[in-house]
Amino acid sequence: MPAVQETIDRVKAIDVDQYKYGFVTDIESETGARGLSEETVRFLSAKKNEPEWMTEWRLDALRRFQTMTEPTWARVDYPPVDLQDLYYWSAPKSVAGPTSLDEVDPELLRTYEKLGIPLREQEILAGVEPKNRVAVDAVFDSVSVVTTFKDELKKAGVIFCSISEALREYPDLVRKYLGSVVPVTDNYYATLNSAVFSDGSFVYIPEGVRCPMELSTYFRINEKNTGQFERTLIIAEKGAYVSYLEGCTAPQRDENQLHAAVVELIALDDAEIKYSTVQNWFPGDKDGKGGIYNFVTKRGDCRGKNSKISWTQVETGSAITWKYPSCILRGDNSRGEFYSIAVSNGHQQVDSGTKMIHLGKNTSSRIISKGISAGKSQNTYRGLVSAHRKASNARNFTQCDSLLIGQDCGAHTVPYIESKNATAQFEHEATTSKISDDQMFYCMARGLSQEEAVALIVNGFVKDVIQQLPMEFAVEAQKLISISLEGSVG
Amino acid sequence: MLEIKNLHARIAEDGTEILRGINLTVNPGEIHAIMGPNGSGKSTLSYILAGKEDYEVTEGEILFNGENLLDMEADARAAAGVFLAFQYPIEIPGVATMEFLKTALNAQRKARGEAELSIPDFLKLVKSKAADLNVTMDMLKRPLNVGFSGGEKKRSEILQMALLQPKLCVLDETDSGLDIDALRIVSEGVNKLRSPERSMIVITHYQRLLDHIVPDVVHVLSKGRIVKTGGKELALELEKNGYADYVGEAA
Repeated sequence: MPAVQETIDRVKAIDVDQYKYGFVTDIESETGARGLSEETVRFLSAKKNEPEWMTEWRLDALRRFQTMTEPTWARVDYPPVDLQDLYYWSAPKSVAGPTSLDEVDPELLRTYEKLGIPLREQEILAGVEPKNRVAVDAVFDSVSVVTTFKDELKKAGVIFCSISEALREYPDLVRKYLGSVVPVTDNYYATLNSAVFSDGSFVYIPEGVRCPMELSTYFRINEKNTGQFERTLIIAEKGAYVSYLEGCTAPQRDENQLHAAVVELIALDDAEIKYSTVQNWFPGDKDGKGGIYNFVTKRGDCRGKNSKISWTQVETGSAITWKYPSCILRGDNSRGEFYSIAVSNGHQQVDSGTKMIHLGKNTSSRIISKGISAGKSQNTYRGLVSAHRKASNARNFTQCDSLLIGQDCGAHTVPYIESKNATAQFEHEATTSKISDDQMFYCMARGLSQEEAVALIVNGFVKDVIQQLPMEFAVEAQKLISISLEGSVG
Repeated sequence: MLEIKNLHARIAEDGTEILRGINLTVNPGEIHAIMGPNGSGKSTLSYILAGKEDYEVTEGEILFNGENLLDMEADARAAAGVFLAFQYPIEIPGVATMEFLKTALNAQRKARGEAELSIPDFLKLVKSKAADLNVTMDMLKRPLNVGFSGGEKKRSEILQMALLQPKLCVLDETDSGLDIDALRIVSEGVNKLRSPERSMIVITHYQRLLDHIVPDVVHVLSKGRIVKTGGKELALELEKNGYADYVGEAA
């Protein structure tokens, strides 16, 4: 755990209740499309020069959305969001669409620099070894401002661009797969997203190609009162492989901001998709004011034989998190994995978990969930493992561990297990523990400060999951966890 | 080295009085054994020396090399050179023993304003100390104290002591849970650390340990007071006659 020392130093360097990414970029933005209506949807679609079928698709979603009601089964509590008061479009004025780096507003580049996201390919090339390069799609409010390494990826046959661009350049591909994993009517937020999604990333890995570098999208919400509705679509053709990272931050604001994303992954025969998230939206201040409502639908479809989809998430931000990255194990011998660390502090509420739907034969899945609650937060794991009638020899292993820090937080585990096939084998293990005073004293009696002791114990607790993250992100994730737990003890 | 003056302490939670006026002076290089029946306050004394917060000191003071120990947090005491070998070492899941050793050593070095040890230097140091205590690399890779046998736990405690090189070692019933061979290995490890600059307080129920770690002074603790102080022969006498003679005096 080389990150321990670094985390401590970072934690010390910041005050309690200081969200490092809380700055606002002062940039002239074009904001529009207030309130949810057919007009808004048409405005968005026109803004992006979408084909006619896409506009119709959105309008269909809107009509269906208008018949739906917000779900209330999650263990979260928040005042209702006034969808009519939101803006559905906000873009830096200087950005007409994804451009080359030279055309990007320097103010935007500075924003991403400040966030530690390298957008300049030359700089990346100079500083980092080639094998560690990461291609980035930077999404600022409603639009993708730039995508790096596009040309190089193209040589390998990989398409990596914003979804708006994909709709213009590769409409047939998008049309074939969009909504095929998360149908338009899937759930309240997914349907809303289908109607008003603004931008997001599109990835296509052709048959037999191993994507030559990590791909990543970096989401930033800047504008006030703006919902961010991004849509990501990743397709791995037969025998393809891709590892994709997603990061998110937002300015510190008093109002709550809505973020309702949809992510669809499709893995065909022998393909593998590894999807990692480090979610660090503004969590609200110490009194629970402000913060992001993160209502996200993420689902992967192991459509082909021997395909594999793996979700790894480190969730430290957002006031409310409602998120269940899932796998549909359709292809025979397909495999789904879910590794999660959900940290909640202050007044954060997390209701997160996964669904593993076993449909094919000899499918297997693995769930490792680590929830850490501190402060006055509530942290719920909610998961479903199911085996269809035809899913013979389905296997699942689930491990759900919760760690409580302090007296005023809560951890809850709600696993659902359904098996309609007698040959299925499902295992579930769950533990709940506290950082005990004895552990703290033992560490301190060896010379560790209070912060160092918490960092060490928590790092030990989340080790299984951290190991699943790509190297660059593992260190970042450990830092993030320690910062999120700053001030949680004593 | 250590001066305990008229120390009174109680359990913070329920106010139960445990220590009722302890006076103890330990000079550099000395080994003091503290013996006494169950419930006499031996472990409480060791916890208070190390800085556990479950106890409240109501009277008296503890001076460690002239500094007021009671004003210091547990981590500051460790950095100043106080080490407690726990009777029941605590499990830290997911944290490899090696990692823990490195974190502890570097935390203390940092607190003393010294540079962190480089990884090769650290490994060299651990390997040399570990070999003396029969601690294998395999054991160092396992999470600290998780699934360790009684012997492994105690050897790991003494390994930490050997690495951290404290000025004052407090050994709380280090012999409990050890078989004869393990007792020998652990005692040899402790004896290796004997030096004119280092003092030790050895808490035990049994003379057996003191055959291996020979003390300069033996104290009998009963009902929160030291009721008898003598040389190493006092331990032999206790072994023969039990505590009855001294427990009576304290009542």
